Amino acid sequence: MSEESELFTLLVELEDKPGQLLRVLEPIAKNGGNIVGIVHQRGRKTPLNRVPVEISFTAESKKAEKIFRELQDFAVVRSFGKIKSFAISLLLIGHVVHTDLSDTIKRIDNAEAECVELNLRMPELNQPSTAILTITAKSEEALEKAIERVREICREKKILVVEPVDVI
Amino acid sequence: MIKIAIIGFGTVGQGVAELLVRKRDEIEKKIGKFKVVAISDLTGSISGEFKLEDAIEIRKKGKLPEERATSEIVEQEDYDVMIEVTTTRLDESGIAYMKTALNRGASVITSNKSIAVALPDLLKLAEKKNARLLYEATVGGAMPVIRLLNSYLALCEIRSLNGILNGTCNYILTRMEEEGLPYSQVLREAQEMGIAESNPTADVEGIDAGIKLVILANTIGIPAKFEEVEREGITKITPHAFKVAMQKGFTIRLIAEANRRKLRVSPRLVKINSPLAIKGTLNALLIHTDTAGEIFVAGRGAGKFETASAILSDLYELFRCSGNR
Repeated sequence: MSEESELFTLLVELEDKPGQLLRVLEPIAKNGGNIVGIVHQRGRKTPLNRVPVEISFTAESKKAEKIFRELQDFAVVRSFGKIKSFAISLLLIGHVVHTDLSDTIKRIDNAEAECVELNLRMPELNQPSTAILTITAKSEEALEKAIERVREICREKKILVVEPVDVI
Repeated sequence: MIKIAIIGFGTVGQGVAELLVRKRDEIEKKIGKFKVVAISDLTGSISGEFKLEDAIEIRKKGKLPEERATSEIVEQEDYDVMIEVTTTRLDESGIAYMKTALNRGASVITSNKSIAVALPDLLKLAEKKNARLLYEATVGGAMPVIRLLNSYLALCEIRSLNGILNGTCNYILTRMEEEGLPYSQVLREAQEMGIAESNPTADVEGIDAGIKLVILANTIGIPAKFEEVEREGITKITPHAFKVAMQKGFTIRLIAEANRRKLRVSPRLVKINSPLAIKGTLNALLIHTDTAGEIFVAGRGAGKFETASAILSDLYELFRCSGNR
């Protein structure tokens, strides 16, 4: 039903010079991690005169191990906690924007599941647009319920939902 | 001597006859001597003493010579196996021929997808009459799926099937993916090339794939009906959709899916490195089992000799123990 991945939060300390953030983000993206949040506190300095950055991303555990190995080389990984999460990407084709996109997202989100990423492409006025929406949830059941909500909302708004083929 | 009646002498029927002529020695080595005793289609029929080569030539030039009705041939000719390769029609005439043959204790080999509406009944009838109904050619053309499911994987639990069962849709989606062209343009070109029919509804709305899915589901013991298939075609897919999907490493394919919970034909996201991200007019099937893991097959889903090869495979299955090997 879903792509099982875990949500990781890691705290790194970066030197305060250009290009440092990219050096952390690149190994995550390159190894198939999906970055969901970055807190970059440029005003604060650690005792080593570095900038603390908190990065949240989801990845399958094997890929995450590789990411951590690569990050150890140049950043100080202070701590990370992992929360098991389930994620799925759904493609939406239709009048995604004109049918109140924020309403769509609000109705999908709840305490157990939320939309974490949306990439949208609008070709021309009045033409159907396409979006790929990533939802993460705390359990497989919560994810299935979220998908069911997407199906319902999109039926109502006449948007085609293209779901991934089951990964068992 | 195996006596064969061929019902339906269009593209597939002629393909079967041509292979029977061309491969006679090899076939007879494996299953024993055979003879085509009658051929019938909408143009006429031929029976009694005739050469198969001649029948093919006659039909290529026009009508078959005799005017006996197909139903009469099916009811009266003496045959061990009926190769039923009439086109899939809603009037279910093909099913009536199959029932008559089975009732007479003759086995049936078919490429006719109409069996989707009657498969459990036909299989029961065959068992009762000590005959067999073989239908490898109905799904996936040359790609072996029916025997894979009901024989080789007979003692596995089939957890799910995900298949690409319509070559026309797969061709259209592949070209949209690779060339960024809109659906309507690719469809038009596919029609000009003879890959899509002038009325493409059955293909592009997922009806054809749905019928095949019902046949597969029944083969693995899910008593499915066509009306129960949740269906969405490919007509709403845009070239942009492929570009957006690609951002997450996906492409889009029309997937026929069967499991205990549902039967569905719909456009789906498929990882670009998945075996199901197959290109062009090919067909494919990914089978999830309990003990054998995942099994994947792919092959040509249509074509004169591809379909005929599946018919020959069934002929071999039917008589393989009686050959003089």
